[in-house]
Amino acid sequence: MSDKTITISLMDPPYDSETTTTALRIADAALDKGISVNVFAYEGAVLLTMKAQQAHPNPVKGTTVEDQHHPTTSGFVGALFEKAAGDVQFQWINCGMCVDERGAADWIDGPKRGGPGDFYKWSQESTNTLVIGTR
Amino acid sequence: MTKILSVVEHAYAGTLEEQDDTVLWITHMIKNAGADISALLRGNATNYAVRGQDASGLRFGAASLAVPPTLEKDIEDMVAKGIPVYAVREDLEQRGIKPGDLVAGVTPVSKTDIARLFDEHDMVWHW
Repeated sequence: MSDKTITISLMDPPYDSETTTTALRIADAALDKGISVNVFAYEGAVLLTMKAQQAHPNPVKGTTVEDQHHPTTSGFVGALFEKAAGDVQFQWINCGMCVDERGAADWIDGPKRGGPGDFYKWSQESTNTLVIGTR
Repeated sequence: MTKILSVVEHAYAGTLEEQDDTVLWITHMIKNAGADISALLRGNATNYAVRGQDASGLRFGAASLAVPPTLEKDIEDMVAKGIPVYAVREDLEQRGIKPGDLVAGVTPVSKTDIARLFDEHDMVWHW
């Protein structure tokens, strides 16, 4: 494990808030600096890693799926898992009961199921913790 | 042990289908995990501590909400568990909430005291 770790908690579902991009940017920058990152996905944020997310075209702009390159949040998260290497870790926990009530259990490779106790444990082990709530 | 302050501000968001406020809930769960954690109610969330709320009766056709949220009881349970619960006085006053309207054990704090409250904690989690 690297010398420093940050833990981030998210609540927003995909495509609903700028907080998702902000949080993933922070994670990406931290990994670049050799800082390990833990993400605790709470409530709607458990949908960020859904395997079934699909790109789509943009009828307003007249683009095809291929032209539009519409991103998926699960694709972004998967890329962060791939980016982490060696001692620099990227870990993601989806809050289990949040997953259950949303039917969000089919996620990409990488995230694990957990709960508030995991978030608390991470917060105690991390250099710093950032909670990004929902508005 | 690190002292954590959990700030609840975004209120009544999905509380019916969740049967509780998810930030009050996670705060209580983290207390159960052994944390030294307090809660600060701000803005509309100050209403969570008001006695006499009744969220029962939700029904869509044959589907009813059999177990409605009981937010004031959740606050009482947190206080009983040893979680200090604070509420911003000015936010209460702005909403016409008087001290006698609150469940027992909630401590009003002035906006001018929030910085001090933050400073008394090692971590501030603003959900």
